[in-house]
Amino acid sequence: MDKKKIYPWYFAVGALVFYGALFVLPGLIGVGYSFTNWSSYARDLAWVGLDNFAEIFSPDRDYLTYIKNTLWFTAASTILKTVLPLALAVLLVKEVKGLALHRAILYIPAVLSVLITGLTFKSILNPQYGFLNQSLRAVGLDALAAHWLTDPTLAMWSIIAVDVWRGTGYVMTILLVGLLSISSTYSEAAMIDGANAWQVFRHITLPLLRPTLAVVIVLNVLYGLKVFDIVYVLTNGGPGHRTEVLYTAVFSEFSRGRYGVGTALSTVMLVVMVVAGVFMIRVLTRNEVQE
Amino acid sequence: MTAPALPRRRRPITGWTVAKNVFAWLLSASMLVPLLLIIVTSFKSDRDGQTMSFAWPQEWNPANFVTVIQKGKLGAGFLNSLLYSSVGTVVTVLLAAMAAYVFSRRRSRGNQILYLVVVMGIVLPINYVALMKVMQLFALNNSRIGIIALYIAVNIPFTVFLIYGFVARIPVELDEAAVIDGCGPIRLFFLIILPLMRPVLITAAVLGFLGMWNEFIMPLYFLDSTAKWPMNLAVYNFFGRFESKWNLVSADVLLTAAPVIVLYLVCQKYIVGGQTVGAVKG
Repeated sequence: MDKKKIYPWYFAVGALVFYGALFVLPGLIGVGYSFTNWSSYARDLAWVGLDNFAEIFSPDRDYLTYIKNTLWFTAASTILKTVLPLALAVLLVKEVKGLALHRAILYIPAVLSVLITGLTFKSILNPQYGFLNQSLRAVGLDALAAHWLTDPTLAMWSIIAVDVWRGTGYVMTILLVGLLSISSTYSEAAMIDGANAWQVFRHITLPLLRPTLAVVIVLNVLYGLKVFDIVYVLTNGGPGHRTEVLYTAVFSEFSRGRYGVGTALSTVMLVVMVVAGVFMIRVLTRNEVQE
Repeated sequence: MTAPALPRRRRPITGWTVAKNVFAWLLSASMLVPLLLIIVTSFKSDRDGQTMSFAWPQEWNPANFVTVIQKGKLGAGFLNSLLYSSVGTVVTVLLAAMAAYVFSRRRSRGNQILYLVVVMGIVLPINYVALMKVMQLFALNNSRIGIIALYIAVNIPFTVFLIYGFVARIPVELDEAAVIDGCGPIRLFFLIILPLMRPVLITAAVLGFLGMWNEFIMPLYFLDSTAKWPMNLAVYNFFGRFESKWNLVSADVLLTAAPVIVLYLVCQKYIVGGQTVGAVKG
């Protein structure tokens, strides 16, 4: 059988054209542009070498803080969105009536657009009229009512909290699928041998769940590094850039016409992500080509 | 009316079990409270709607929805979203299916590299600034066709990945038999393979549609004129103008979320399965 004839190359052309022109091409020329003074006000495009990167990594500017914020958001949200759903999944997997219904409800935030979630919580967290502060005042806890999104020390935590609300059900569902695929004979055998619940979890459940956990962590990390919508809607990087992350910084450079710096920031991000990406592809494709 | 109990050993109901079930409900409630809050608030009058609370509306005010649709340009937004998402989904799924099929069936060195390059797109970040340059180059900036093309480009990687895994499970013997019977490559694919891909195509289409419907960052960068805005951007803009009128904001948010919630209720199996199975299959 002539495979070249039966599976012709032109079948792949459509997908490759869209992907190549609007994903790969910008990625490549973006790296090139990050070495230029490209902007909406400079008349001629000129090569400026590493100037943009020098600006980004200069201690006098705020870009390093944005990178730090991004990494901080990624680390905190990844840990919370792994540990919390894991605890919930292990807790709920047995003896809960109507688990399917709970699962369906907990999954809802994962299908809503981040924008909708963001706007909803922006209303809830409004310092004067929002639901949270209103409720706190109603039960006499006025002292706890805070400026959730405008207090410099709280803002990032508020964003992380909303993101955890959004992501927990999704991650928990993945982990539940993983947990349910583990045969209960292992844990039953261990129980007969006198293992307690913690030992079963530590030495049986956790090792068997490891591949699933790896995927969850990688998904969380990639999401965290690329985070934009939720930050943009809740605080737009404020107050005073306290919650500015890489992608919101790129957007504000873009809005101000400082394209060179914006694309250089994207290049920095690309480098960070390639490292994470290679790792993720390994995890994702490992399970799937054996057929 | 109760069905006769099945003869099986009952576990004794312990305090622990009760606590667990209560906890499960509290957890579900924490997901539902914001949604209920939005629903209740969306019916309040302007005076009531200045604060956001569970206080029952003093008068029910469904007129909010009419106001919102008129002032928030939700009708146009809905049609735009529908156009972008449905055209984008159909083209993405078709092109991805064809590519994934060839990549999976003919695993030459070149094809394997191409597949890897495409799948890398799942994780790599998009350089939006440079993308603007490319969009200008192709005269796609601020155009409906442009935004659809972008949605396609961005959704190709995951869709190819999803379908690629499925194609491997369709027996090659089918292809061979069809070719011996005189089937050409195009008829083989469209008449034999494509119908067999149905389950994965539905999953891919539902996920793609959902993703495109929820897309916010692309139109924010590349659609300047309000007439072309999808629902998401319309609601964001509305929020900026009416931030203190929670009743209107809630009605707007509710109407924007409604199509997604309906889609979720109808296609839950495909959404949850599709989004999670890729992660745990093994």
